[in-house]
Amino acid sequence: MPLIRTPQIADPDGFYEELIAAQRDLDDEHCALMNARLVLLLANHVGDRELLREALAAARPQQP
Amino acid sequence: MLQTYTWPKFEYRQSEEQRSGHPRRHAVVVVGAGPIGLSAALELARLGVEVVVLDDNDSVSIGSRAVCYAKRPLEIWDRIGRGRGAPTLGERLAERGVRWKIGHVYFRDEPVYSFDLLPEPRHKMPAMVNLQQYHLEEMLVAACAAEPRIDLRWKHRVVGLVPADDHVALQVETPDGVFHTEARWVIACDGAHSGLRRMVGAGFSGQFFQDRFLIADIVMQRELPAERRFWFDPPFHRGQSVLLHKQPDKVWRIDFQLGWDADSEVEKQPERVRERVRAVLGEDAGFELEWVSIYQFACRRIDRFRHGRVLFAGDAAHQVSPFGARGANTGVQDVDNLAWKLALVLEGRAPEALLDSYHDERAYAADDNLRASTRSTDFITPKSRGSRLYRDAVLGLAKTEPFARPLVNSGRLSTPTPYVDSPLNTPDAEACNGAMRPGTVCADAPIEVGGRRGWLLEQLGEGFALLAFGPRPPVAEVRAGAVGARLLHEGSDWHDAEGLAAQRYDARPGTVYLIRPDQHVAARWRTFDAAAVAAALARASGQRG
Repeated sequence: MPLIRTPQIADPDGFYEELIAAQRDLDDEHCALMNARLVLLLANHVGDRELLREALAAARPQQP
Repeated sequence: MLQTYTWPKFEYRQSEEQRSGHPRRHAVVVVGAGPIGLSAALELARLGVEVVVLDDNDSVSIGSRAVCYAKRPLEIWDRIGRGRGAPTLGERLAERGVRWKIGHVYFRDEPVYSFDLLPEPRHKMPAMVNLQQYHLEEMLVAACAAEPRIDLRWKHRVVGLVPADDHVALQVETPDGVFHTEARWVIACDGAHSGLRRMVGAGFSGQFFQDRFLIADIVMQRELPAERRFWFDPPFHRGQSVLLHKQPDKVWRIDFQLGWDADSEVEKQPERVRERVRAVLGEDAGFELEWVSIYQFACRRIDRFRHGRVLFAGDAAHQVSPFGARGANTGVQDVDNLAWKLALVLEGRAPEALLDSYHDERAYAADDNLRASTRSTDFITPKSRGSRLYRDAVLGLAKTEPFARPLVNSGRLSTPTPYVDSPLNTPDAEACNGAMRPGTVCADAPIEVGGRRGWLLEQLGEGFALLAFGPRPPVAEVRAGAVGARLLHEGSDWHDAEGLAAQRYDARPGTVYLIRPDQHVAARWRTFDAAAVAAALARASGQRG
């Protein structure tokens, strides 16, 4: 089963606001730490190594 | 310093061949009398091979080096260090050393989680035993000295090596000068800075880690449980790691990560070390410094374990970071893999090409160990900001999130690598359940033999064996050329006293396992078929591609 890339999140604007608000009061270092923790929590929930591999590939930004 | 142990001094004796000037051609010369070279000698002597061991020193390992010995090496020493009626080497090591199975991991000022090595019960050897390397070596030297087939020569340094078609010529330097000798085969166990590696022009590549660790052995009277403790970024050593292990004789081993920029000369100063130790154990801690040294490490391996007639084992063949105790533990398994093959070749019962499987199998194991120790090193000493963030994220989550605990990597402790794709294996013809796949080390189990309680592994290791469950196969031995596998039938030759062998070997009636002399499974079947067994035996002994 491939990584789902079509919209899945209900109330996307609401989610987006929650995501930003969750980090608003954090300094850069704590922001980065929180993002790492979030990645790990969600990666574990996904579980499937193929899916995770696909997500890693999609996430990697193009270097200019 | 150095209060708890007195280093033995072994006697240098000039050999007859040096004195007479008539070089001998030995069957096997082992270079290096560390744990690996000494184990190689015991392995070969047990198989009837005469061995000369050369060491450029005249004592055992100085200082604090290998500490943790895993179950598999203990099983090997149990088998190769077996005197008649006396406790085996493995039994004595398990007795002398400190057994442990619990570990605690701390992050900053809090415990993160604890692990149990969870050794499956009812195996002869324990999961892990701590013992100073000099104690291990002294026991190995004594075992070698009692073996007439082993000629242990101290203060013999190999200074030159010239390969020929059917032998290797060695130039050896002793206090009486340089002499020439020859060997049909050489096993290079001369350690991390192997001279023989250089002499054969071997490649040795991998990763060198820019970090330094301080080792301190201390003597402390206070009793603490034998539990491994690992600290990530503790308050008493900010931004670095600390590891604590218990050894016998009230000696404790502490490893402090120092970082690459540390000044070794400053850090080795006794008062500085004492300060660090007090920070870990408490300001009131009473202890004496026994040993201090600084090490760096690399994860690399030799290009080929076999260079013609020179075979490499131990640190001469591979180096790993110490996290996970994969150095000596892997080296012992190298020579356990090599010895039976070399003995068959020397006896003309197997082709020399069988020795190529030593490279195939042990390079594979080395790569497995390198990968594991590199991963541990990256977790313990993250190389980039991103890496450090994830490391700290795992440690922070592990406190409350069970999923994060398996991600905490303070060193994955050594287990034997199964030879998954070895050319010596015969793949399963039909679906076979159970963990005893071809290439896997045999599991131990409590059994009964001749009316007495014993262990399954004690029955395996004299040549090839055919472990059979259910109906007794019609032959006592299966042969392939000059190699035989003798039958060990459950019910007639041994009894599965607690039913654990049947469980561990998924032993439906008719199940048969072909076991190699190093106690690895070569093949398995659901019914006995003499032709299939013979074919598998031929393959496992290199007689068939």
